[in-house]
Amino acid sequence: MKFSEQWLRTWVNPAIDTAALVEQLTMAGLEVDGVEPVASDFSQILVGEVLEINPHPDAKKLQICKVNVNADEALQIVCGAANVHVGMRAPTAVVGAQLPGFNIKQAKLRGVESFGMLCSASELGLEEQSSGLLALPADAPIGQDIREYLQLDDVAIEVDLTPNRSDCLSLLGIAREVDALNRCGLNIPDIMPIPATTDKTFPLDIQQPQACPHYVGRVISGIQAQAVTPLWMQERLRRSGLRSLSPVVDVTNYVMLELGQPMHAFDLAKLSGGIQVRNANANEKLTLLDGQELKLNADTLVIADNNKVLALAGVMGGEGSGVADETTDIFLESAFFTPEQLAGCARAYGLHTDSSHRFERGVDPELQATAIERATALLLKIVGGEAGPLIEATQAEALPELKPISLRASRIKRVLGAEISAEDIEQALTRLGLAVVAEENGQQWQVTPTSFRFDIRLEADLIEEIARIYGYNQLPSEMINIHAEIEPPPSNLNLQQLQQVLVQRGYQEAITYSFIDPKLQAQFTPQHSPIALANPLASDLSVMRTSLWPGLIQAFLRNQKRQQADVRLFETGLRFIYDNEQKLQQQPMLAAVISGSVWPEQWGAPSQAVDFFDLKGDVENLLHTAGITAEFVPSTHPALHPGQAAKLMFEGESLGEIGALHPQLAKQLDIDVPVYVFELALEPLLANKLPVFQALSKFPSIRRDLALLVDKDQVAADIINCIKQNAGELLSKLELFDIYQGEGIDSQKKSLALGLTFRASSRNLTEAEVEPVIEQVLQHLQQDFDASLRF
Amino acid sequence: MDTSPDSSPDSLDNLIATAKSEIAACTELARLNDLRVELLGKKGKITAQLKQLGKLPHEQRKTVGAEINRAKQDLQSDINARQQVLEAAALQAKLVAEKVDITLPGRGASAGGLHPVTQTLQRIETLFSRMGFSIAEGPEIEDDFHNFEALNISETHPARAMHDTFYFDAHTLLRTHTSPVQVRIMETDPPPLRIIAPGRVYRCDSDLTHTPMFHQVEGLLVDEAISFAQLKGIINDFLHVFFEREDLAVRFRPSYFPFTEPSAEVDIQCVMCSGKGCKVCKQSGWLEVLGCGMVHPKVFDSVGIDNEKYTGFAFGMGVERLAMLRYQVDDLRLFFENDLRFLKQF
Repeated sequence: MKFSEQWLRTWVNPAIDTAALVEQLTMAGLEVDGVEPVASDFSQILVGEVLEINPHPDAKKLQICKVNVNADEALQIVCGAANVHVGMRAPTAVVGAQLPGFNIKQAKLRGVESFGMLCSASELGLEEQSSGLLALPADAPIGQDIREYLQLDDVAIEVDLTPNRSDCLSLLGIAREVDALNRCGLNIPDIMPIPATTDKTFPLDIQQPQACPHYVGRVISGIQAQAVTPLWMQERLRRSGLRSLSPVVDVTNYVMLELGQPMHAFDLAKLSGGIQVRNANANEKLTLLDGQELKLNADTLVIADNNKVLALAGVMGGEGSGVADETTDIFLESAFFTPEQLAGCARAYGLHTDSSHRFERGVDPELQATAIERATALLLKIVGGEAGPLIEATQAEALPELKPISLRASRIKRVLGAEISAEDIEQALTRLGLAVVAEENGQQWQVTPTSFRFDIRLEADLIEEIARIYGYNQLPSEMINIHAEIEPPPSNLNLQQLQQVLVQRGYQEAITYSFIDPKLQAQFTPQHSPIALANPLASDLSVMRTSLWPGLIQAFLRNQKRQQADVRLFETGLRFIYDNEQKLQQQPMLAAVISGSVWPEQWGAPSQAVDFFDLKGDVENLLHTAGITAEFVPSTHPALHPGQAAKLMFEGESLGEIGALHPQLAKQLDIDVPVYVFELALEPLLANKLPVFQALSKFPSIRRDLALLVDKDQVAADIINCIKQNAGELLSKLELFDIYQGEGIDSQKKSLALGLTFRASSRNLTEAEVEPVIEQVLQHLQQDFDASLRF
Repeated sequence: MDTSPDSSPDSLDNLIATAKSEIAACTELARLNDLRVELLGKKGKITAQLKQLGKLPHEQRKTVGAEINRAKQDLQSDINARQQVLEAAALQAKLVAEKVDITLPGRGASAGGLHPVTQTLQRIETLFSRMGFSIAEGPEIEDDFHNFEALNISETHPARAMHDTFYFDAHTLLRTHTSPVQVRIMETDPPPLRIIAPGRVYRCDSDLTHTPMFHQVEGLLVDEAISFAQLKGIINDFLHVFFEREDLAVRFRPSYFPFTEPSAEVDIQCVMCSGKGCKVCKQSGWLEVLGCGMVHPKVFDSVGIDNEKYTGFAFGMGVERLAMLRYQVDDLRLFFENDLRFLKQF
């Protein structure tokens, strides 16, 4: 809502300046978005009258004017505007005038002296672009300063209203607020019923009274549709952000700004039979005022006559029935369409108008007759004509109910934590237009809501109004007394600790969108069907991720394109997958991607590319922190290299996957370097088992190293498990410290070097005790894996 | 030296003199050790002299013996002194030889870091945890009831249009705010309640200042005597601590949220220009950082909490907004590009 401060001050005039007024509105919840001067900063521009026009001897487009500005003699001014004519009154900048960016000096234009400039509206900063001079009314006092004449020392204030404050989509509503805040009184123009001077009416048939519980119409006949809207009205409209179009439309817009009632005028001659307020028939057509053709839905409320649809109710009029220059009789509509009816209606057709904006949020259902009287009075003054009687239809049951609300002083104190006097409470509510009756020795009130506030129905709503007018910043601020209890943490391990493991190992955390390109989704996790958005922003953000990998890979790619080749990124967040019972699971995951060098380029370490085991080391660290011993089992995954992929198994459940990105997928994604990824379910990691202490042995250990020759494809984990199973309790540590393949051994074999540490908890171990254990281990290794000792 | 009845004074004196000069000339610790053995060892020259004492007449033994012992002590102390000198020199040489260029960078990988949004979230979580709030979570794919209906946002409510919701079907959507978490908590847990709910939220909107996904932290406190004054107290406190500015001006402006009544928007004095007016605050000197209010009676009704017994407040803040202000980031979209050059700055 944008309005002129000057206009507002004719209705309510508190003794505070513009800055204070603006601050006050913002702090009352009517957030001021902008304060703009209504004209440029200029001086010495006067009302001038063109007395005489002569052609310029050397320039076709220029004319030499004599202009009277009520000075000693008429000024000679060279002018290039096409609309200049003798007798015209126009803003005239005299020598010495200051305009934004330039001053007016005596000058020669193509050899002819010029003593000023005739101005257009844009030169005064009244509009963006003008074609020709600003024509002033014939009674504009010659010689008067134009700032004074047009009252340009004014600002346009724009308030950004919350959707509950439809009442402030009018000057009346703003004025009411200002009065409540300043208690300075309102000066609202009297709006009297206009007696009918003709008995012309028009039939009215409200077929949807639930959607349109109140409708007022009137015929005004014999108007001069070509009359000119008075300058004062044009200016007020302009300062409120509306263009002057024609006197009838201007008046309906003016009343909408003034009182908040959107209105529409039909050309009576173009209507047949009578007005119907009904639902559209499916696929019925309507061409709007702006030329747009609509195919209507069956649940859309329309204004129609007996033959055709005339307007989209409360949104926009139709092309065929609007007021034009030749119009003589009009049918004026002032209706109340319910917010429920209008909700989403304009949006459904891609429309948003001043009218729909107001009806969606709520127009005062008791305002229609007042508004039509106001509009009639203005129209009779401007375009003349004869007013017919009011035509009215009301469905009282469908109007919003206004039940009295009990307001308790004790509740106000409890909710706000403040003592507010009865005087302040009653003043605030009364000035906001509510009827207040005190009860119970002033400890309680009965408050009757008003029809123009759709957001005041409960005691809490009244408390907000009191707080708002009292001032949120005037309300006390206090600390809470909290009863302290120790809340058990959800786990001994939190996500931050896991994140820190990766951070300490050189990872940056990424945050990627939860919706991804369905193509990527299918490339990475074809085994899952994703849940798709019905209204995605773009096709590449249209399905919910079933893995965090696509997002991370995209982040990797973006970095690679920006010459960041060494990438270690991780992310935590939900993946969205259907489980075996087709139930959607929103599962928290931890995933990472690495590529590039193990170390950043440096003098002290060799340059080495990352491989599977760099990533695996990171995962093992995570598992260690989580207190989990998981098994890495060779596996296949559509996105992973079949020879470098593992599933992590823990207590029979899969924790997740780790591996190298499948070279084929990499190729499709234009990736030409090795990339490694893992993804783990977070919940089991965070379950964190509490460690149980085991006594430390005081006795020395015995270490035996074994170099085993095994088949070159033999998985190391099987050998390790076999040793663990057969070495018994004495084995306290087992390390795989070397792998060798090549010269000196069979090309089909590899050598694994293992260190076995034995220790007993209660005695000194002897070689003699260890020997049979080693024998037994070797025997099993031989049996199960054809493993032999390498000498 | 005293004249003494030494049987071979010359040879002892010579021995001592030669030994002393050899010790003084010695430049290596190993050689010095050899000298010690040659002179004072079991088979050494001084020891040999002592062994000769038995051959002397009885009356001479005492004085000659004393003389030899003095010489022995004298040489021992020379050797010790020389040893100290040589050790010191050796240490010095070692130190010089082992000098490194300490300006060279350290070895290994540098640590990574958490995303600035996560760091901001953690800061918010930490501050509220200290006030006894626990952390709650909820689903990101939500139903219409929790995201809208239970929060007093009916189907025809204008606030729905403001929410630019991503839908899956008529009743399933991506949550547009973290407020549904407060509904879920109130459905399951009886008051008193003191929670914050951080998380991702989604709006169908993308331009310079909007991303379709961002983060919010929702807060909820429900108890028997909770007032707007306390809401002001806790928010004031939080903002002062979060921005580490004791004198930060904070103001509460009436606003509108369907699920709170009264509702307020909270502005802080612009932290970029200290309220003088700049591009970030659009010359207003104020920055909107948070929305809050007293829980709407209809919200309590929808989850079965007694409005007469309990009151409560809720608040919600945009994490990216706070992160941008705290780290002076001027482009929201950077948060989701995951450019390492950006991420490594935090």
